[in-house]
Amino acid sequence: MQGSSRLISRLILTLFVLWTVATILFLIFRLMPGSPLAAFVSPTFTPEQADSLRRQFGLDKSLLDQYLLFIGNLLQGNLGESFFYKRPVGEVVMTAFANTIALTMGSLLVAYVFGVLMGAMFAWKRGTAIEGVGIPIVLVTRAAPEFWLGMVLLAIFSFGLGWFPGGGANSAGTTFSSDWARIFSLDFLRHLILPAIALALYLQGLPLLLMRTNMLEVMQEDFVTMARMKGLSTWAIVIRHAARNALLPVATAFALGIGQSVGGNVVVETVFSWPGLGRMLVEAVASSDYPLAQGAFLMITTVLVTMNFVADLLYSLLDPRIAHAGHR
Amino acid sequence: MPATAEAGARRAGGGLLAGLGRFLTLVRRDPFATAGILIYTVFLFVAVFADQLATHDPNQILYRANGRVASNQPPFGAFILGTTNLGRDIYSQLIYGARSALVVGVTAAFAVVLIGTLVGLVAGFFRGVADMILMRVADVALGIPFLPFVIVLASFREPSVWNVVIGMALVVWPSTSRVIRSQVLSLRERTFVEAARVTGSSQARILFVHIAPNVLPLSFVYGSIAVGWAILTEASVSFLGFGPTDTASWGSMLQQAYAAQALSRGWYHWFVPPGICIILVVVAGFFVSRGFEEVLFPKLRD
Repeated sequence: MQGSSRLISRLILTLFVLWTVATILFLIFRLMPGSPLAAFVSPTFTPEQADSLRRQFGLDKSLLDQYLLFIGNLLQGNLGESFFYKRPVGEVVMTAFANTIALTMGSLLVAYVFGVLMGAMFAWKRGTAIEGVGIPIVLVTRAAPEFWLGMVLLAIFSFGLGWFPGGGANSAGTTFSSDWARIFSLDFLRHLILPAIALALYLQGLPLLLMRTNMLEVMQEDFVTMARMKGLSTWAIVIRHAARNALLPVATAFALGIGQSVGGNVVVETVFSWPGLGRMLVEAVASSDYPLAQGAFLMITTVLVTMNFVADLLYSLLDPRIAHAGHR
Repeated sequence: MPATAEAGARRAGGGLLAGLGRFLTLVRRDPFATAGILIYTVFLFVAVFADQLATHDPNQILYRANGRVASNQPPFGAFILGTTNLGRDIYSQLIYGARSALVVGVTAAFAVVLIGTLVGLVAGFFRGVADMILMRVADVALGIPFLPFVIVLASFREPSVWNVVIGMALVVWPSTSRVIRSQVLSLRERTFVEAARVTGSSQARILFVHIAPNVLPLSFVYGSIAVGWAILTEASVSFLGFGPTDTASWGSMLQQAYAAQALSRGWYHWFVPPGICIILVVVAGFFVSRGFEEVLFPKLRD
């Protein structure tokens, strides 16, 4: 009972956050000094763009009407039409979203598999030279700007050694029957490797450090001592008891990581000319394509807020203490 | 945690300086933290004495003896790290970059920690409606994608480092305030707070004189992480071309190098040094906070 009421209250909170952020975005685009929507339409726009803006945002109406129009369109999934692409924003954003998700999931999977294994090992080797050298290295990778790591990787492995392409998601001139065929092609994978490694190098630090700390903590809990007294081998204790319990915060961090990466990948996507959401947002903002900028921002927000919610659920589902309290 | 909390409880009061003092004592016990403080000191020194340390004006186009622009000069010659494609001295840009990084890092960290600490103190101490409202605002702030938000902000305002500071102040404080809040929730039940209450101290006095000094070390920890985060963000924003163009920063150096195709031409001396500087400063923040954590959670010490 408690579990489901908690779920509902978190769901309501999530919807509230989404609505508030959308409203903030609305206000930024209309009320910020320098915003072309606030100053009606900037003179640098072509007449067609000005017309399109007026139509899409209802600029000749009152602020309240504009807001109702904005929320109404949002609920119908209508994000307007991009100036540059001359296509509905929803369509353009979804294509970029597929590329971003491929990059995000690829890098997160590599980072978390590596991080969890290394973290468990570091906990195991506590106090040895491996840990003494390893931890500072991990901290350094976490401190390095992802896009700078990307630049160095590009200079060495793409331009220097010629092993990987210098940017983009597909070679010029290749055509595919569908988006799915494109994303699961070898050509796409070859383009994906370098940016994914650049991101993974940065991302692996968090699961590694989390796993290490949790392992160290779990190893001191009563049930581990109990297992030791029962005469279980150390290896069995690590795998069956310690690691399983230490994985919980890592799983939560993974979910949070998806949400944060989708927005945080902006710079890496730019360095690798990766046609994802972040790069699209930057280009839309730089070229004053406001419908597209707004759509891309909303999409990034939706993913972030949804994943925050999922992480919260995961935490209560996986944590035996919270789950048991719910069943009682 | 018990060790610091008890020490704090005994010496409740004393304000900002006492908080800073306790922070430094804790830091000194850990070699990582010492390394972090050392890096911070060097960084501060370079930023303050940039005028003396730089060999050239970072924005000036330099000429050779024969009157031609000194572009793409190799490192370790007449110019310590060589020159850019437009004939600017890379070493001097790097030195002045420390100054802009310091300004962004310190102001942003100060804003984040100030807001985060105040919100945490008020929410944890007064609880009830104030707590509920503040924590819902925190939930909203956590739902705003940080870097995209700063980019949208920067596009509507004049390009300046303040966009990063404003963006951080608006979006990054919740993690600090949540931790401070939970600390305050436990502190307010302690005997020394009870004693203050019995002797008739006002609410404000209890909060700011008795409780606040005990959470200040935590605020400094979050501050040292926020410094690094602000510098990373500023570099990202400048790299994307939304930063100020008239001041030398590590991010704008990387952007210019990228735009000048320094990657495909193998000009490592141009784009590697700014990255290393960013890493050093950010990692210093990690070292300081990590050292602190080990003292804070002695359970981890075998």
